[in-house]
Amino acid sequence: MIAGATSDPILRTEHLGRIVKDKVLVEDVTFEVQTGEVLAIVGPSGSGKSSLLRLLNRLDEPTSGTVYVEGTDYRQIPPRALRRKLGLVNQRPYLFPGTVAQNLQFGPLQHGESLSQDAIEQLLASVGLKGYAIRDVANLSGGEAQRVSVARTLANSPLVLLLDEPTSALDETSKLEVESSIDNVVHNQGLTCVLVTHDTAQAARLAARALLLEGGRVVRVGSINEVLHA
Amino acid sequence: MLKLFFSNQLYLGLAQAMVAALAAMSVVFLARKRGIHLESETLIAMLRGIVQIVAVGSILLLLLRGPRWTGAFLLAGMIVAAGATSARRAKSVPGAFRVSAWSIALGAGSVIALMTWLGVIDTAITSLVPVGSMLIANAMNTNGLALNRFRADVLAHTGEIETALALGAEARNSVSPYVQASFEASLIPAIDNLRSLGIVWIPGLMAGMLLSGARPVYAAIYQFVVLAMIFAASGLTSLASTLLIRDRIFTAAQQLSLQPGR
Repeated sequence: MIAGATSDPILRTEHLGRIVKDKVLVEDVTFEVQTGEVLAIVGPSGSGKSSLLRLLNRLDEPTSGTVYVEGTDYRQIPPRALRRKLGLVNQRPYLFPGTVAQNLQFGPLQHGESLSQDAIEQLLASVGLKGYAIRDVANLSGGEAQRVSVARTLANSPLVLLLDEPTSALDETSKLEVESSIDNVVHNQGLTCVLVTHDTAQAARLAARALLLEGGRVVRVGSINEVLHA
Repeated sequence: MLKLFFSNQLYLGLAQAMVAALAAMSVVFLARKRGIHLESETLIAMLRGIVQIVAVGSILLLLLRGPRWTGAFLLAGMIVAAGATSARRAKSVPGAFRVSAWSIALGAGSVIALMTWLGVIDTAITSLVPVGSMLIANAMNTNGLALNRFRADVLAHTGEIETALALGAEARNSVSPYVQASFEASLIPAIDNLRSLGIVWIPGLMAGMLLSGARPVYAAIYQFVVLAMIFAASGLTSLASTLLIRDRIFTAAQQLSLQPGR
């Protein structure tokens, strides 16, 4: 908890867990994220980082505990509305066939809204892809596709951006481009963000706080230095 | 050639069945050479097939002397059996049997009922049951193809589907491309049958009608009628099953429950 904070945190988990066929994926995870904060979730492969993020987006159902979004139990929020509030960017971009603009329009169209051309250009500019609107996604590089994926999630105006290893499938150059876009979006726009990464250097560059997960359980949570250099 | 050795029709039939089964098993043997193992599934399917068809033939013999409603009773039983058979093509999909049975009942059942009412299918058991069973069997195949394709497509595209869900898409919208693809793919055999009628194959019903003395033109037209009914029954079944199954693969919280390895 940030000292002096009086309102509900924007995101809070309480004893969150998921066990499937006796296999513990996430167990008793409690943490909170304040508005404008970037929290990195780090840990070795198979430690439950991605499983935790899927629970936050409610792509999977917790078997114990719950998540509070601005103080409201997320099970009381319709799943589609919840997923717009907690926007998820996957490790792979999974762009839909068509143009970049059509991909950005996808989220808003799901609830009957449409983005203006200006809004599309602004979103693309924020991820360093100005002028890409009419490009066919089939012709994008891996890094460009991932930046479109970030912009597509931002098109839903999420309260919290959930990033699941957004650069792990990219080469070094593309990785730095995507990281720079995320840095721009998160820090310049003050967006709250939960970043899952196995790259501790990236966590240190992008986040102020970190949570170390091992075997699905929280081992440490605190400032980046406290967690990464303990 | 077999007729030289067997004068009794029953023994001749059994010998013909043996030869046909050997031909089928030789394909299984060839597949085995390529590392594809169909032995037990094919053997069991053939044994079941021969037992079932002989049993139904015997029952038909009894039904011919019974009241007409027994035909409807028999067709209802066939729909349940067809549902159970094609549901196996959608393993791990919750409620696959109920979806299959209801879809075949809706698709084949409604076409049989309508066509019987209109007089296209004769109400005599000797006509209703064989024609009805053709519609049910084809609806079963189409249903199996649709469910199998849908299941495979969903398992191969969980990333895309969950991305759509994560962006706020309604569950049924997130799988709509796969519903459409399954529906189209499942109807390919029925469309090809209609397209190649008389050119590539002369179906058994027409051959039977010709042998029993029907006028060739009427036999040909009625064969078209049957294939058109098969198409209608199969299309309705596939439409129903793909629409029903799409809601079964999501939880109440719109989470994709059909996942690889789950």
